[in-house]
Amino acid sequence: MKDVGSMIPNQYKITTSNVNVDYGNKRALHDINLQIEEKEVTALIGPSGCGKSTFIRCLNRMNDLIEGCKVEGKIMIDEVDINSPDTDIVELRARIGMVFQKPNPFPKSIYDNVAYGPRIHGLAKSNEDLDNIVTKSLKRAGLWNEVEDRLDASGLSLSGGQQQRLCIARAIAVNPDILLMDEPCSALDPIATAVIEELINELKERYTIVIVTHSMQQAARLSEKTAYFHLGKMIEYDITSNIFTNPKHEMTEAYISGRIG
Amino acid sequence: MLTIYLIILLGLSFVSYFYGKRLIRRRVYEQKVSQHSRDSYHGLYLSLYLIIPSIILTLIWLASSPNIIDSLLKSKIKNSLPDLSLGEINILKSKVISAYDGILPVDSEQMKMFVDFYNSANIISTNFIIIISALVSVSFFLFALNRIRVRFNARSKVENILKFSMILASCVAIITTIGIVLSLIIETIEFFKIIKITDFLFGLQWSPQIALREDQVAGEGLFGAIPIFIGTILITLIAMFIAVPIGLLSAIYLSEYSKPKIRAIAKPMLEVLAGIPTVVYGFFAALTVAPFLRNSGASVGLSLSSESALAAGLVMGIMIIPLISSLSDDVINAVPQSLREGSAALGSTQSETVKLVILPAALPGIVSAILLALSRAIGETMIVVMAAGVAANLTFNPFESVTAVTVQIVVLLIGDQEFDSAKTLAAFALGFTLFIITLLLNVLSIYIVRKYREQYD
Repeated sequence: MKDVGSMIPNQYKITTSNVNVDYGNKRALHDINLQIEEKEVTALIGPSGCGKSTFIRCLNRMNDLIEGCKVEGKIMIDEVDINSPDTDIVELRARIGMVFQKPNPFPKSIYDNVAYGPRIHGLAKSNEDLDNIVTKSLKRAGLWNEVEDRLDASGLSLSGGQQQRLCIARAIAVNPDILLMDEPCSALDPIATAVIEELINELKERYTIVIVTHSMQQAARLSEKTAYFHLGKMIEYDITSNIFTNPKHEMTEAYISGRIG
Repeated sequence: MLTIYLIILLGLSFVSYFYGKRLIRRRVYEQKVSQHSRDSYHGLYLSLYLIIPSIILTLIWLASSPNIIDSLLKSKIKNSLPDLSLGEINILKSKVISAYDGILPVDSEQMKMFVDFYNSANIISTNFIIIISALVSVSFFLFALNRIRVRFNARSKVENILKFSMILASCVAIITTIGIVLSLIIETIEFFKIIKITDFLFGLQWSPQIALREDQVAGEGLFGAIPIFIGTILITLIAMFIAVPIGLLSAIYLSEYSKPKIRAIAKPMLEVLAGIPTVVYGFFAALTVAPFLRNSGASVGLSLSSESALAAGLVMGIMIIPLISSLSDDVINAVPQSLREGSAALGSTQSETVKLVILPAALPGIVSAILLALSRAIGETMIVVMAAGVAANLTFNPFESVTAVTVQIVVLLIGDQEFDSAKTLAAFALGFTLFIITLLLNVLSIYIVRKYREQYD
């Protein structure tokens, strides 16, 4: 943790300092300090209820939607404080794509699902433009070959894994530079999970990815850095291989070896 | 007599519940075997067997005995006075029943005989049913008593009796509905024997004042239903024009924008609107809204009649706002939170989320709420009776007085009526048409909900 923290802060994509989150009277996150590098996969692991989902939702201010949720502390993305009153939340969320635990395609056609973001942000000048964006996004999400002949079918007619890739396509269609993934594979079978993991490996060429996961193997396979959360505190944050082979904190070791969690 | 009997029956069944419980306790104690069902099931088993068959029997008898006694009286009259026509027999029969009820005096020897006959028939009938029902009750009770054992499965027997009672209750509801519809259909067919169906459906003039007696002076009676249906449609359209935007927007506000505290106050307050009796809306429309509209119309140079479609439609619109807002609020709330988050995460504003995700997903439910409100508006009576007027003007002008289908049904059935005159039967024809329209609207709304229901699951 020390060697990560001592680097020059400017080169981090996301920097959080002393982030505290309260749900009503209950504190969910305590003083989270984390630096996330550009175009890397950062995994957040930890037992249920440890605050990793709460943390990832701070990064695009999704917690605003929850009644009684209060976020304190500083979250800098590209050196801009996203919690400052001047921040345009629409613009912020357009730059940060999010993929949720349960696939949540809109009850619209596959095409309209992907075109949703570009349409509300006016990204396409013409219909062909929009077609191109949809095609490109579906290709990047690895879904194009499976759906190219049925773009008019409902997004809900797809299988769970396809739906999740549709949600990824929908997120990258607005051209974000950060992708937040909140347990993207927890509702999927192993085969669909493998496909998504492969996709994440390709996507990190272009995007900074923060992924919350329940599966330690997934974190080990995918991420460059891993943060271990426990009861609302960040216990340890380091290069993934260090976390899994040589954890510095005994709680991390206990979790890794399966004694807690 | 019957009341006392029923009270005794109820008391006995109450007692037999405790008797059953004690009985099984004693058996368990004596035989030292673990019982199959709990004590209370044995008690319930006994008391339900005691009361349910005899109650059902009594109810059936109560429903059918007046007809039987009536026909007995009729044949009695016919036998003693063979010269009378069927109509005269019926009139005499009604007189006898009125005399029995004490409304008419018993003025002749003959009348006294019939009243006595009717009286004794009633007494015999009551005694008869009490005896039969008591016998049934006792035999079912003994049967049940005989079956109570320690290992007897009273639990599932009681379950079955309760299931049977529920089926019976729903049958009563269904059969009543079917009966009402059938009587509507039969009377409507009678009406179309007098008036051609095409005249009714496509006629442009409605003036049902026909002569009831030969010496009365009145017109032929015109039964063209177009003007009154136009009136209903006009008023309903005005009402929907008010209620749909206001109801929908307040539903969206309540479910998407309002803080929980505001919602906790505002939603019940809106629903209070639904609890106001329609007659209150009616005089509100007639005494407050209509004069206000006429005066403000006059001040800008519009002439409004004091009973206008606009006044009735406005108030009816206010009446159905809570229906639309409450039902829409429920369906909007049922849209999964994950869709809202998905849309917000893509950078939608709240109104974009509502417009592009929430409303399309909730549309089937909203449409069915609107259709339900529509059929409510079409069938609404009190407001239009008080505020819309009686004259069947064929007009689309909301400032003029129009009439509605429900108003005409009221008008047709007020006062002295002959049951088989075209005027009376016309009410059934109107009612039937109204029923068909609201039925179709309901079927349509159910169809829409079914078809699109699983969209977001």
